[in-house]
Amino acid sequence: MIGLASVWLLIANGRIAGVSGILHGLFAQPVGSAPEGRAGDRLWRASFIGGLIVAGFAWHAFAGPAPVRQGFGLGWVALAGLLVGFGTRMSGGCTSGHGVCGLGRLSVRSLVAVAIFMAAGMAATFVVRHLLGLPS
Amino acid sequence: MIAHASAFGAGLLFGVGLWISGMATPRKVLDFLDIAGGWDPSLALVMAGAVTVTLTLFGRVLKRPSPFYAEQFALSLKQQVDAPLILGAALFGIGWGIGGYCPGPALTALSNLSAEAFVFVGAMIAGGLAHRVAFD
Repeated sequence: MIGLASVWLLIANGRIAGVSGILHGLFAQPVGSAPEGRAGDRLWRASFIGGLIVAGFAWHAFAGPAPVRQGFGLGWVALAGLLVGFGTRMSGGCTSGHGVCGLGRLSVRSLVAVAIFMAAGMAATFVVRHLLGLPS
Repeated sequence: MIAHASAFGAGLLFGVGLWISGMATPRKVLDFLDIAGGWDPSLALVMAGAVTVTLTLFGRVLKRPSPFYAEQFALSLKQQVDAPLILGAALFGIGWGIGGYCPGPALTALSNLSAEAFVFVGAMIAGGLAHRVAFD
């Protein structure tokens, strides 16, 4: 379904389903584009993100509420969010943009990015869970 | 209008895929990244499934002269593996391994109405803006 949704966005809207890029494009507009073009650009991005969020509510209505993690500090959550936001803009993609879509385009940049963020993710999880012993 | 409806539909399908696969549950994601603990490799199959779909269909889609509801395909033309790609992917991976959220799952998890989902998404947007302030 994730793959099909990505193919859909490409064939219909001509866009790569890279969630970090879609989200940050809402806040960072290319300089010099016409105001009406900018509004349209924001609107398709907001529509995709709206679909993502509505999917969650629909899923909970169908499958019941998701269990919410207890005991993991919000300070760690905030640090994680900052790193994800900054890092995805620096590298130009996340799990969907580099992972699902970039690998589908046989992009060498994406292959390198995926290898690095997988390795870094495993290392960080090891530190947080096993060295620091946090209930992440 | 139809383009925005299409983007919403793609987001909806993408989001449901995230919930069905378990990607929207951070603890499940961290169990996948936790190779030193009770490793749960099932999300590798999710990724492989999604990439198989994009790998099979993206090439055919991009042979079309244009997408249905846009004038042209919007694709990154970058090919070079450079320092921002490597460093950004590492920072993103560290954040992913701490929190268990990447951008798509974090957005659809807003439907949990949990403090951690809102803190993470707020911090993720702030991290992206910090990158823009620092580098653009």
